[in-house]
Amino acid sequence: MRYVDEFRDPSRARVVADAIHAVVTRDWHIMEICGGQTHAIVRFGIEQLIPPKVHLIHGPGCPVCVTPAGIIDAAVRIARDHRATLCTFGDMLRVPGTQGSLLDARARGADVRIVYSPMEAMDLAARCPDREVVFLAIGFETTAPANALAVFTARRRGLRNFSVIVSHFLVPPAITSILESDSVRIDGFLAAGHVCTVMGWKEYVPIAQRYRKPIVVTGFELLDILQGILLCVRQLEQGRCEVENQYSRSVRPEGNPQARRLVEEVFQVITGPWRGIGSIPHSRLGLRSAYREFDALEKFGIMDQSHEASSGPCIAGKILCGSARPPDCPAFGKACTPDHPLGAPMVSSEGACHAYYLYSRDSNPPNA
Amino acid sequence: MCLAVPGRIISINESDDPLDRTGVVDFEGVRRRVGLAWVPEARVGDYVIVHVGHAISRLDPEEAQRTLEAFRELSQALGAADSEK
Repeated sequence: MRYVDEFRDPSRARVVADAIHAVVTRDWHIMEICGGQTHAIVRFGIEQLIPPKVHLIHGPGCPVCVTPAGIIDAAVRIARDHRATLCTFGDMLRVPGTQGSLLDARARGADVRIVYSPMEAMDLAARCPDREVVFLAIGFETTAPANALAVFTARRRGLRNFSVIVSHFLVPPAITSILESDSVRIDGFLAAGHVCTVMGWKEYVPIAQRYRKPIVVTGFELLDILQGILLCVRQLEQGRCEVENQYSRSVRPEGNPQARRLVEEVFQVITGPWRGIGSIPHSRLGLRSAYREFDALEKFGIMDQSHEASSGPCIAGKILCGSARPPDCPAFGKACTPDHPLGAPMVSSEGACHAYYLYSRDSNPPNA
Repeated sequence: MCLAVPGRIISINESDDPLDRTGVVDFEGVRRRVGLAWVPEARVGDYVIVHVGHAISRLDPEEAQRTLEAFRELSQALGAADSEK
């Protein structure tokens, strides 16, 4: 067992696809939350394998995409005006703020660095005590433990030159918000397997029951996603609305208790904005007061970071809520490409527009 | 961002502080040191899911086998349905 090839086997995929065809009798709309799953769906051509009656709606699970422009502006200001070393994940560099991207700032001399892990940024601060090191900590629940560990360790080591800009988002409040807004028909959800690896799936049970929507915790390989769809449509056809766990090789009901404990130590739930969507109650994480000294926005006196960029022709908000698909955007593949993105979903390796640009055959080819 | 990949633990560095527990993990030939603080049950030879430098779960071989078994049963069920037609 190597946990990759077995779950990409084309002959098994055919079997699951056939099973989906056999069970579906009418139209169903299923949202996959996670941008990693959106990419897998488009890359593996899953929409071509399943019945046309099963409509996959792409969700908001791309932290790069939902990070407000004001946060990027704050990061640019800290790197440019305060001469701090700004570290973040590679995907963040090209995302446009209102005053350009971090990549633009770097081209003008700011010290902007890509790190693979938050601990690299903290280690850099430990090695360079004369330099202010700021980590732009973005992510969903999956990334929260690693970001929490960097802050927790910095405090334990007494680092005074390390701080973080927190741009952290939670999945269950976003699902509730999408269902409450009623702007797009969704019959069931594929919940994000790695978010649930950390958090478990119990908090999805009241959502499934209250809104009468099946929720299937799903992995990321070809067979995982097909099986997640099968379990979801089977519930829909049978009139059930339960939480099922397709990704049981990684997800336990309670998640990862050690990782969750650290997240709860460092972060608290706050209300805040999502780019393109607006404010969602209790949907973000912020530093607890015991860790305030590591808040970069406070340290550098940056107050306003909730403003939105004017989006021009970009329809990122609709893309993120599933009410439009990338080819619906007039700028897609023309004014907006991965090299010249107008919005974050074209930048991120989890953005729906980026996935369609790279892989999709039913949209305009990039060079047409 | 929630991209996380499976890899096999090659060696483990135990530490007095459980948060400092690390190990070397092999990702199909590429080896990296990763944090193992949140998978205290993981041993050398186990597969773990790694995200931004930290293992977030130990993959359960029995559950994986059960998932693969479900595909086999599906195949048999579809075969039986076809032969009834």
